[in-house]
Amino acid sequence: MSEPIVRFLRVDKSYGKLQVLRGIDLDVAAGEKLVIVGASGSGKTTLLRCLMTLEKIDGGVIEVEGEVLGLPKTADRQAADERRLRRIRGKIGMVFQQFNLFPHMTVLRNVTEAPIHVLGLSKADAEARAVGLLTKVGLEDKVHSYPSQLSGGQQQRVAIARALAMQPKVMLFDEVTSALDPELVGEVLNVIRQLAHEGMTMLIVTHEMGFARSVADRVIFMDRGTVVEAGPPEQLFEAPEHPRTRAFLRAVLER
Amino acid sequence: MIFSWGYVIEIAPLMLHAATTTFVMTILSMAAAATIGLFVAAARASRHRAVASLGWGYVEVLRSVPLLIQIYFLFFVFPEFGLTLDAFVVGVVGLGIYYSTFVAEVYRAGLEAVPRGQREAATALNMGGLRALRSVILPQAIPPMVPPLGNYLIEMFKATPILATIGLHELLGQGEQLAADTFRYAEVFFLIAVVFLGLSYPSSLFIRWLEAHVSLGRQVARAIAEAEATVV
Repeated sequence: MSEPIVRFLRVDKSYGKLQVLRGIDLDVAAGEKLVIVGASGSGKTTLLRCLMTLEKIDGGVIEVEGEVLGLPKTADRQAADERRLRRIRGKIGMVFQQFNLFPHMTVLRNVTEAPIHVLGLSKADAEARAVGLLTKVGLEDKVHSYPSQLSGGQQQRVAIARALAMQPKVMLFDEVTSALDPELVGEVLNVIRQLAHEGMTMLIVTHEMGFARSVADRVIFMDRGTVVEAGPPEQLFEAPEHPRTRAFLRAVLER
Repeated sequence: MIFSWGYVIEIAPLMLHAATTTFVMTILSMAAAATIGLFVAAARASRHRAVASLGWGYVEVLRSVPLLIQIYFLFFVFPEFGLTLDAFVVGVVGLGIYYSTFVAEVYRAGLEAVPRGQREAATALNMGGLRALRSVILPQAIPPMVPPLGNYLIEMFKATPILATIGLHELLGQGEQLAADTFRYAEVFFLIAVVFLGLSYPSSLFIRWLEAHVSLGRQVARAIAEAEATVV
């Protein structure tokens, strides 16, 4: 395996007394589709949030393309200086469970705002890029709509386009279908599948086991802040080694 | 004594001049309150506990002491410490400081009403703090702030007669002086009431319209969304 694009080394994270990540070691290869499964409270969402720098870690190191991103809170502040943080952050895109579209902006502006003001693209270039991406997610006719005029599935596809407009190298999907009505889940998963085929590196937290199986190169099962088991989807879903993995899968699949 | 319209017309120019003082003072006080309130809100949101406590103390103390007492402090007590202020300046500073506590709370509530996910989305899009504030946070925080700020503006306007007690010739002060000479209290206070009513009532109607307008935007958007959903 070549140099990993994302690396977690003994990462710890606590909220007050509650430790949510315990010494996480994890390498993600460029182009890999890593699916993270586990019960709620197992730390899978926190793992993504730490990588996106939405949370500060308490111990260990997170690296993106060999550059240190997440240092513990107590570490030298210089090391975590804002400019470097933002350069690394620019390599990562994230899609949230609650979409988090900007409600006061049209779909087009949602997708162009950051490319214009962060990447410095011209309005015309940003809009061309946005229309291209919105076409890709099947929403070229909703360019001038506001988020409140869209269904949940449409909003989530806009959120994906918005993240892609920043041309990240790694995409994080945090339970992106959990807030959707069942009939809208498919349209979002199809967009992610398409992205997967194009070679994007992805870390996906999901409860959709069928989707996990079809899209993953590797699945990790997390429980109580640790990675309990990792392996190709066939192995993890069909022949899980750890009793806790088996218990979790049984509970989820019998749903 | 019969109510004399002639007297009302006679004193109208003087009273109008006093109304200008009241009006200018209200605007300047609001500007002061809006500016001071910004610093107070920032202090209260500070990560440094000492600064946050200072902001908290400022709001709690100043809000709990009646405005009249604060005005007296500025006008009668401060000169003892060598700071003598003109009645108009005391008015602007006094009203500005007192209402800055309420304005600061409006700012705080407005900012806190923006869901956390909005800031996180801005971070995930690699926006810096200022960019996030400008593009994402403030456009959502400011519209709901407008109606309460407007209400405080009207309240402040109606609080200005307090300054008559320190001899400022705003509406009430001017009116009292006239009435003391002529004992025509009915005409004087009628005129004062009309000026306050004439300015306050349309303003509050406008703010109610604004309130409806702000929430209407969302309602319309939701109605459109529902209509579309039923068509599909």
